[in-house]
Amino acid sequence: MRGRLTFAAGCALVGLVLAVALVSLVWLPYDPADTTGGRLAPPGGAHLLGTDKLGRDLLTQLMAGARTALIAGIGSVLVGGLLGVTGGLLAGFATRWLDDALSAALDIVIAFPTLLLAMLVAAAREASLGSVVLAIGLGMSAIVARLTRVLVKRVLAQDYITAARTSGTSWPRIVAEHVLPNIWPMLLVNLALQLGLAVLAEAALSYLGLGPPPPNASWGRLLQEAQATVLTAPTGAIAPGVLLVVLVVGTNLVADGLRDLADPTRRRSR
Amino acid sequence: MSALAVTGLSIRHADGRELVHDLSLALAPGERLGLIGESGSGKSLTALAVMGLLPAGMAAHGSVLLGGTQVIGTPDRRLNRVRGRAAAVVFQEPLTAMDPLMRVGRQLAGPIRRRRGLRGARLRAAVLSALAEVRLPDRAAVAYPHELSGGQRQRAAIAMALACEPELLIADEPTTALDVTVQAEILALLDGLVTGRGMALLFISHDLAVIAEVADRVVVLKDGSMVESGRTRDIVREPRHAYTRSLVDSAWALEGELDRLAP
Repeated sequence: MRGRLTFAAGCALVGLVLAVALVSLVWLPYDPADTTGGRLAPPGGAHLLGTDKLGRDLLTQLMAGARTALIAGIGSVLVGGLLGVTGGLLAGFATRWLDDALSAALDIVIAFPTLLLAMLVAAAREASLGSVVLAIGLGMSAIVARLTRVLVKRVLAQDYITAARTSGTSWPRIVAEHVLPNIWPMLLVNLALQLGLAVLAEAALSYLGLGPPPPNASWGRLLQEAQATVLTAPTGAIAPGVLLVVLVVGTNLVADGLRDLADPTRRRSR
Repeated sequence: MSALAVTGLSIRHADGRELVHDLSLALAPGERLGLIGESGSGKSLTALAVMGLLPAGMAAHGSVLLGGTQVIGTPDRRLNRVRGRAAAVVFQEPLTAMDPLMRVGRQLAGPIRRRRGLRGARLRAAVLSALAEVRLPDRAAVAYPHELSGGQRQRAAIAMALACEPELLIADEPTTALDVTVQAEILALLDGLVTGRGMALLFISHDLAVIAEVADRVVVLKDGSMVESGRTRDIVREPRHAYTRSLVDSAWALEGELDRLAP
């Protein structure tokens, strides 16, 4: 029951951000590039949350930023999940020396902090939302691959795999019927966590000026721009911060809830 | 053709240790053989070697003819056609021997579908009758393994092994993880099923009393070598090897102790 509640709460938070992003596709209070609002207008009146130091409407920037955050998060998980799960399955089933080689390669990639890796990719390629997704996804793929590899190894060592083999089950069937279903819940939970981390990574890269360049709106860049005026116009810093927290806490709650829901042994014992 | 003929089987670990040494045994169709020895004597490894499923880093030498197919040196893909049909295995710990995320009925349906080619309603009916054969109720089909009791799980595991319709059933300590009262039920069930289907039985245990109940002949294994073999009755009455004698003595000692406590 607790799992269901956690999952619902997480879905509500993520859904809120998702709804904002969807609305931003069809309607925004102002044009994101409109700088006619006057510098640092206080909240209220024509600008519900005020304007930033460039005279742009803050609510408009936040709504457009939700889009960027979700694209970065979901895109990175797609890239990282696809590469990571494939690589991890490969390593999990590989012969010993290939497994050792893949593991060493993964360790090297993981030794680089994801943010540093992302900065390298962002610096090497033209700055764009695509580069950011690729960079974060690549860093994530190593972590996902290592997890997948360990999960596969653990499942392969189980008695029920030996039992399935004694009855003459072929390898492809064992992978489809026993290995994937048994690693899937844990992978799903991890990918949900990674989604939150990717959103944070995009914000961090944007804060450092390595994120998707304007006209993409970004919560991380809003935070950076509001830094100098945080005392005179606190809404500019608080609002994107709150939205980041909502989205990241939301994905973590979803991950937590999934862990309880996906595992029948946990589901029944509660 | 014998159900199983093992000749000069040796199992060696990659580090050079010899875990099973020059073991030979044979089982005619419908015959029952007990394999007894303490933990680490190589009993379970022998069972895995018979199926061609030794863990990585171990190699078998010698000859294992399973239902007429040479297991040693045969590629895995070809052995897959032999496994299940020629022999199926019931393991010691039924909880870990079943996929925790798959309902019992589905796990049972896999081998039935492959062996008999049934689909849909006829497959479902076959699953239920397989459960009934091991005296499990229909609702066991929709249960996950952890929702069954230890004895029920072992019944389900036996049903899974039988679903392959094997010529030879290998039971690797099938009652060791169970309560004593449940042990007796499972032994009786196995006994009836093996007789009913005319299967050969290779029964592995460390417990002489259990072996004496189900096996006609017994092979005594110590440190990977066969120290004695013969008819179960003869071995229990007059063991020749010192190790066998100690097994028999300890079984009698337990019996005597029980008699003393409950005259």
